[in-house]
Amino acid sequence: MSATTAPAQQGIYHKAGSLRSERRWALWTAYLSLIVSAIIMLAPPVYMLLTSLKTSAEVADQSGSPWWVSNPTLENYWALLGNRMFIDFFLNSAKVTIAVVALTMVISVLAAFALGRMRFWGSQALATGVFLTYLVPDTLLFIPLYQIVGGLGLLDNAWGLVLVYPTLTVPFCTWIMIGYFASIPKELDEAALIDGANWMQMLWKIFIPVALPGIIAATIFAFTVSWAAFVYPTAFITTPSEMPMTIGVVSQLIRGDTFAWGQLMAGALLAALPPVVIYAFLMDYYIAGLTAGATKG
Amino acid sequence: MAQVSLRKVIKAYEGGVQAVKGIDLEIADHEFVVLVGPSGCGKSTTLRMIAGLEEISGGDIAIGGTVVNDIPPRDRDIAMVFQNYALYPHMSVYDNMAFGLTLRKFPKAEIDKRVTEAARILDITPLLERKPKALSGGQRQRVAMGRAIVRDPKVFLFDEPLSNLDAKLRVQMRTEIKKVHQTVKTTTIYVTHDQVEAMTLADRVVVMNHGVIEQVGPPQELYHHPATRFVAGFIGSPAMNFIPARIEEASGALNVVMNNGTTLAVPEERVARYRPYAGKQVLFGIRPEHLTDDKTMDKSNLAPLSLTPEVIEPMGMETLAHFRHEGTEITARLDPSTPAEVGKPLALIAHMNQMHIIDPTTDKVV
Amino acid sequence: MADGGAATLPRMDAPGGASLKRFARRRSTIAFLMTLPLIAVIGGLVVWPAGYAIHLATLNRRMTSFIGLGNFEILLESETFRMVIFQSVFFAITAVILKAAIGFWLAHMLHHIPANGQRKWRGMLLVPWVIPPALSTLGWWWMFEPTYSSINWILNIFAIPSVPWLGEPWWARISVIIVNVWYGAPFFMIMYLAALKSVPEQLYEAAAIDGATSWQRLRYVTLPMMRNIISITVLFSLIVTFANYDIVRVLTNGGPRDLTHVFASYAFQVGILAGNIPRGAAVSLFMFPILAIIAFFVLRGVNRRNKEEA
Repeated sequence: MSATTAPAQQGIYHKAGSLRSERRWALWTAYLSLIVSAIIMLAPPVYMLLTSLKTSAEVADQSGSPWWVSNPTLENYWALLGNRMFIDFFLNSAKVTIAVVALTMVISVLAAFALGRMRFWGSQALATGVFLTYLVPDTLLFIPLYQIVGGLGLLDNAWGLVLVYPTLTVPFCTWIMIGYFASIPKELDEAALIDGANWMQMLWKIFIPVALPGIIAATIFAFTVSWAAFVYPTAFITTPSEMPMTIGVVSQLIRGDTFAWGQLMAGALLAALPPVVIYAFLMDYYIAGLTAGATKG
Repeated sequence: MAQVSLRKVIKAYEGGVQAVKGIDLEIADHEFVVLVGPSGCGKSTTLRMIAGLEEISGGDIAIGGTVVNDIPPRDRDIAMVFQNYALYPHMSVYDNMAFGLTLRKFPKAEIDKRVTEAARILDITPLLERKPKALSGGQRQRVAMGRAIVRDPKVFLFDEPLSNLDAKLRVQMRTEIKKVHQTVKTTTIYVTHDQVEAMTLADRVVVMNHGVIEQVGPPQELYHHPATRFVAGFIGSPAMNFIPARIEEASGALNVVMNNGTTLAVPEERVARYRPYAGKQVLFGIRPEHLTDDKTMDKSNLAPLSLTPEVIEPMGMETLAHFRHEGTEITARLDPSTPAEVGKPLALIAHMNQMHIIDPTTDKVV
Repeated sequence: MADGGAATLPRMDAPGGASLKRFARRRSTIAFLMTLPLIAVIGGLVVWPAGYAIHLATLNRRMTSFIGLGNFEILLESETFRMVIFQSVFFAITAVILKAAIGFWLAHMLHHIPANGQRKWRGMLLVPWVIPPALSTLGWWWMFEPTYSSINWILNIFAIPSVPWLGEPWWARISVIIVNVWYGAPFFMIMYLAALKSVPEQLYEAAAIDGATSWQRLRYVTLPMMRNIISITVLFSLIVTFANYDIVRVLTNGGPRDLTHVFASYAFQVGILAGNIPRGAAVSLFMFPILAIIAFFVLRGVNRRNKEEA
């Protein structure tokens, strides 16, 4: 706060002083709310981390505080990293996610450029359709898709997921890319047109570099959504060796009546790591991608 | 380098609205032509049709003798400077200027030679490695011009290039553009809504309104001999006064009689021209600079009148006085030493050599 | 002007004008080709399955004969399914209201602290949204675990008796809502914060000079300016919450005694696990009209406001 702590004076100065105390009070409320909510927001992951550092014996021991680790150990993590099945989960997730992200970005960028910049018969309707498709939840489609994927013989196959995940990623990525492309001034493509660029050169040399923040945001979105997808893999994959992380951890690390809680939490945290790391390093792009959908709509 | 011809060019939008209603224009090689008019007059549309950015709905546009209606912009051999510069934000100044040449697969050495030369002409050599973001408005404008120059096109097109600059820079860049044109001599078509820009830059000015050309001519001609009421009012600042009046004949001579009875004598050499309007209601047009208390300029055909100012605007080198006369605003340009006062009648002189009579039925200048 | 027939009038071709039109037509062709993969995804993986779902829902269990609306009738007569409808609606509405309120409050608090500290707080508060919900719900599940519950441990410190989080139907419902609110409130916060930042400071200054109190500034400046973002965010969230699967699946898996099922988890249970594909399809199709009606009204409002303010 300011260093001027002049003694309270009469008239106008008195008034100013009350305004300041009002402000200070508002600031304290703000900080108090933020601290309380930060504790609540961070408690579950922190507790997961604490549990993952405990031995099974310490987890089962109810004498001490569950919010404290007396003998931290990484044995749960080592056990998982030495577990072939867990490594397979990771590789499956990575394989599916990378393929889906690549596919999504090619489809969305091409479509967004065409819809946003080239205007053709029906392009307006299609853009609206993209937005409406984004509103269709995956849980509405997984049963017919189960039949369709089954008909193609891709059930229990990670590549089957590559086929269906675009329903989660493409509409939103296309939608936000249309927004990003729309924010590029019209004169820029006219200048490129006069400079002699064809449509592909215009997209590749002007639009993609200029809209790079948007591309990054959309890529992050596609990545996190594919990584976190749960309904489709739960429905389509039953063989552990084809499972991606999410369903693998949820279905395979929980066995019997005595759960290996430490290992389960370690597995969940390791599975959550890639999106969290991306978030930590690219927070601004991550947030830009989140908000773009609604603010541009 | 080349001439540009527009023949009966029409731009019609879906639903039948015509933005450009069949205009004819011949632009000579090396000429600097300015299209000027209020917003929505069709000047930008015309320019964009020449560039190939808008489809032509009717008529022909020829560049260098070839009809280019069906040729996409990149093959028309034109360069364009946009109002917001349209510099590629992710490329350096050098790359911005080289982009068009790179796409046309020019050899590296040739590109380098041209960019260096253009940078020298425009005095932007130290900026070549910078990104557009790091440039001021005036510098961006130069880069945009540089991008046009390096292409060495048949025609330069300028679309309100100075509108985004502040007043001082605008004047400076205006001179700059004129200099560049004198150096490279490329045929130039320049669109603006600012008549001062038009007057100062153009070899010929094209005044447009509502999708048609009102008048084409050198700046001085438009100023002294406007063809229509619109041109008379659009060219010149402050705008020409249009005062409702009657032409009356008195023993062989003609007088302009204002509604309050003020009588101004028409110069003898114009009597024959205005005689058909004797006894008719007309608009008497006179520019503020020709309605003044300054007796020094032109001694012949002075007509005295008296008006009472409502607002006085001292500008330094001159003073503007605004009057209201029978519902019309009248502006006069006074000598700054004149002790004019609001509400106090002021003796003025109309320089009748510079008068115009407008037929209110046709809006044409007689 | 353009009303009275959607078709554009054929225009007179100027001599030689056909080729620029060909240029335009080629542009349309290229554009169409560029959108083709998108059309394939939307058509093949959204529109076609949606239509296929309707077809599936009209078949009998073995998918051999057409039974019309039979599946829907059976569902509506079932006590369990009526409970699913109630539970889904109750869950979605309660969770969205709480998320919206908490998100709004947090966004406001965040907006009021000095700008250089906002990034740090925002970064921390958004963590729940970043962790894949299926995985963070595992953590919650562990925290609700009856014998070891770390939440009950904290409650006991304050002399509050242990809560049977996942054992009692109503507590199980509340648990699902808590986890969903925890996961979704940060998203609302981020959206509202973006909206708050987009309100020009001058409007607040003008309102302050006009004599508005801080409450009036919120009521007459902030809220009207944010209405579109609020409605779109609520719409997104309502749909996603209504169709939620992850949290219910991991936390309660519909239990105890099928009392916490929502549409998605019940559809999964019936369609995939019990192998009655047509009935499962019918369950998830129940979501569609409800979502479509909500989306219609929200988007109409947004559209109208956009037009008015344009």
